[in-house]
Amino acid sequence: MPLRRFLSFRDFDWWLLALVLALCAVSVVEVHSSTVHTRFSSFGSRQIFWVGAGVAGMFVFAKIDYHRVLDWTPWAYGGGLLALVAVLSPLGHKALGGRRWIKLGPMLVQPSEYVKLALILMVARYFANLGGRNVTWKEIFRAFALVGLPMLLVMKQPDLGTTLTYMPILVAGLFLGGMNLRQGLILFLTGAALVGGVWSSGKFLKPYQKARLTSFLNPQNDPRGSGYQVLQSKIAVGSGGIWGKGSEKGTQTQGYFLPIPYTDFIFAALSEEHGFVGAIFVLLLYFLILMRLIQNAQTAADLPGSLLIMGIVAVLTFQIAVNVGMVIGWMPVTGIPLPLLSYGGSSVLFTFLALGVAMNVRMRRFVN
Amino acid sequence: MVSLGGNRGEKLSPFKLAVAQYGVLLLMLGLAAGLWRLQVLDVDNYRQLAEQNRIRKEPILAPRGKLFDRENRLVVDNYPSVTCFLVREQSKNIEADLPLIARGLDLDIDQLRETLRRYRGQPGYQPIPIKQDVTADEQAFIAAHRNELPELETLDVERRLYPRDGFAAHLIGYVGEVSEEDLNNPRFAYYEPGDVVGKAGVEETYDELLRGQDGSREVVVDSRGREVGYLGIEHAIPGQDLRLTIDNDLQRAAELALGAREGTILAMDPRNGEILAMVSHPSFDPNDFAVKINRVAWNKLVSDPAHPLMNRAIQAQLAPGSTFKILMAVAGLEEGLAQNMHIVCNGGWGPYGYFHHCDEKHGPVDIHNAIPYSCDTFFYMLGDKLGINRIDKYATEFGYGQKTGIDLPGEQPGLMPSPQWVIRNFHHRWYPDETLDVSIGQGAVEATPLQLARIIGGIASDGHLVRPHVVFPNQLPADFRKALADSFPGSGDAYVPIDPETWETVTDGMADVTEPGLYHTASSAHLEGIDLAGKTGTAQQMSHAALDKTGKGRNTYPNAWFVGVAPRRNPELVIVVLWQNGEFSYYPARIAAKVVTAFVDKKRREAGNLPQVKAPAPVEVGAVWSSPPPDAKNAGANANVGQGRGQNAIAGGHFFVAKGQIVAASARPGRDR
Repeated sequence: MPLRRFLSFRDFDWWLLALVLALCAVSVVEVHSSTVHTRFSSFGSRQIFWVGAGVAGMFVFAKIDYHRVLDWTPWAYGGGLLALVAVLSPLGHKALGGRRWIKLGPMLVQPSEYVKLALILMVARYFANLGGRNVTWKEIFRAFALVGLPMLLVMKQPDLGTTLTYMPILVAGLFLGGMNLRQGLILFLTGAALVGGVWSSGKFLKPYQKARLTSFLNPQNDPRGSGYQVLQSKIAVGSGGIWGKGSEKGTQTQGYFLPIPYTDFIFAALSEEHGFVGAIFVLLLYFLILMRLIQNAQTAADLPGSLLIMGIVAVLTFQIAVNVGMVIGWMPVTGIPLPLLSYGGSSVLFTFLALGVAMNVRMRRFVN
Repeated sequence: MVSLGGNRGEKLSPFKLAVAQYGVLLLMLGLAAGLWRLQVLDVDNYRQLAEQNRIRKEPILAPRGKLFDRENRLVVDNYPSVTCFLVREQSKNIEADLPLIARGLDLDIDQLRETLRRYRGQPGYQPIPIKQDVTADEQAFIAAHRNELPELETLDVERRLYPRDGFAAHLIGYVGEVSEEDLNNPRFAYYEPGDVVGKAGVEETYDELLRGQDGSREVVVDSRGREVGYLGIEHAIPGQDLRLTIDNDLQRAAELALGAREGTILAMDPRNGEILAMVSHPSFDPNDFAVKINRVAWNKLVSDPAHPLMNRAIQAQLAPGSTFKILMAVAGLEEGLAQNMHIVCNGGWGPYGYFHHCDEKHGPVDIHNAIPYSCDTFFYMLGDKLGINRIDKYATEFGYGQKTGIDLPGEQPGLMPSPQWVIRNFHHRWYPDETLDVSIGQGAVEATPLQLARIIGGIASDGHLVRPHVVFPNQLPADFRKALADSFPGSGDAYVPIDPETWETVTDGMADVTEPGLYHTASSAHLEGIDLAGKTGTAQQMSHAALDKTGKGRNTYPNAWFVGVAPRRNPELVIVVLWQNGEFSYYPARIAAKVVTAFVDKKRREAGNLPQVKAPAPVEVGAVWSSPPPDAKNAGANANVGQGRGQNAIAGGHFFVAKGQIVAASARPGRDR
């Protein structure tokens, strides 16, 4: 215990921070490029502000012992659920066809992003408490309930994208937390059957959500309707070529053919303006960040630390896969932002806070 | 820390973490492969799609060629206008937008739906013209609703501006949007829906030259269709201007002379077939068509019993009546029969049981006074002697029953009956009695005013028949000119040799028609000092028996004709006047006299034989004849119609009256006295 006082930022993961900041620099440049000729031209500098706030938040979170954080987690989780309920109440702010925000003064806060973090902590705490041994079915169902409750609430908003990002937290927890192969197989099959049932019952998914989920398969069928975004995104990526069209020179990005090029489709804008080279550079940064995080999970002092980091890795990987997959036409359009690249305070802050927790784990790897 | 205390020291299995690492690597490689496929392998395809996205070809419409009269005075002009188009693919839900569009553009929503329905088969990017002549207010509406109604586009166009009140409307024709049926016609292969095309008259015949060639502008647009720049421009080639053969002054004189009467006036130069004036009343306003005509107005035009859209000069097929007697006289003289006929007219003749009436009891008649008297009895007997076959031969030779080949669409051929025709259509032998009806231009004979102009002009020109036209051919491209010439086989220009004596006898007879004298049918059309020769005609539309049954409404009155030439031999002008249901043929003769006076007065003024009054005011398009200024009577050439007949000075030239009664120059033309 006394050693903690001598925690030094020498053990802080400066490499990880450098990689993350490089990504943020790309983000600022591309957000600026895709908004400079629109009324959102301030988004580039606002993104700098969010990154700054995120870095500060990260250092704060890195200072607080994650064990203490895990102690507080049930409160955070409960508060998150309350916030999600509040979003659905008249307190919630409605925009773009969904109730996803709460207005706090001048800011719009998206509680589902913070619940994501709370959920990572909660799941890590839950499986850490189980001690890494084989889990029983009862324990698996508890984990399901833990994740399912916020999922239902977010689904209600409706926000399919964020709902789906909660899934990998559970999957990573189960996979790493002691589920055996047989249980995994059974869960997978019942899950598949359930998804099929939900899809065909038509009760849980709204028709536009279904259309969005399937149109990526044949965007040409309805180039002006739900296939429009996928088609325009593919055109943007494809027409970028190897070297890209240059900053602020992407015709798809600058001509508004690309939907919201500064958030969900920022990777398409980047691929158009900076080509294959730029896109691969960004993927490489992501790869290095994820590898670094997994390495940190390996060297973590204890099971909760590892689980924590791996929860973060799961969420980030899932978001990257779904977002980039969507941009190149392999995945449905679900409205999942690309971590650290997409514009948006909640998304940036979540990622930095999550990284702060990961740093925390790394800094305490020798503390035992 | 309490709850977590026991877990210290436990670790995740390195195997599971390695699985995670390889999973991430695999994912990244997969995404990279996807990028490679799009950005490296398919780059050309997507580049092209991106270009198609942002580059739009905007048409630049070629201004249509203008029309001028023979003296290069403007007849048909263009004016700048704005057309509103609807591009369906730029809207998410067109049906929901329609009420707003209809309200903002002041359109009938049902008509709008109907327009869209017609374009159902066309691709979604095809612009649909929904409103022509968009007003400034409506343009403001479109601009203000750019975000709500991104499907609305505007285009600058040049629209046709025609003279008002139907001045020469039938000759000029009109333009309109190309119809669905037209598009299936190979003649319209060049067109796309929404194009404006000549639909009648000169506008139709010469559409290929007048329309020019549309250009285009390549503009860069954003996803909302807003223009953000432009790449290149292909200029439109304006349509060719055309010079018509009509003379605005004469056309105006003719329009005024015919007035509200139902009928036609046709003036032609028989030496070369140039149409100098072509009037058909009732008329219509082609400007109604230039902007898309609404259904009510169209139905009114089409269902009007007076058929305002019909160009009577080339489409009215009517019995020529006594004007046919000129052809009869030629045939009789050429066959050597008429010279020796000295008959006594007792008011008719009936060799086959049915008595055929003559208008008067003319007494002794020979070929010299048969024409001025228009004595039916004489021509009954001549026709009987000639027989239908010889009449048919001469009539066909001179062009009865055949189109003249004028460069206007929709010409009718008329009809010249023959024994073969009767057998073919009515399955009975030719009755000799029918020949008597044909001899006075009744029975089944039908002719168009244009045919009569060509035939009478040809006979007066010693058998030189010409192909009429309304556009000077020397301004046409060679291939177009050839196609036009080839489009009409046979009777273009033709020469039918006539014995000089025949020529003289017939034309002198025609000259006597307008001379004062007993029984002379058009002596009231006599023009002092002008050698106007002609022939009247009164063609019954029904037999007397039928008339008794139906009662005598105005529309059962006979059609009144006058055909005339000036001067009598080798004329410079042939004029045909038809007044439908005009009853008495000296009315059209007087109408013709007015037009001939206007023509001759102008000639004289130009030859410097009369003091110049004032340079004729330039013709203002849109006001050519509808609203002559109050002092029009003094304004010069255009106003002297019907006045000063004979009092005008004559000083040499072609229009000498052979008998030489020259009146001293005394008055300014057109001065009312």
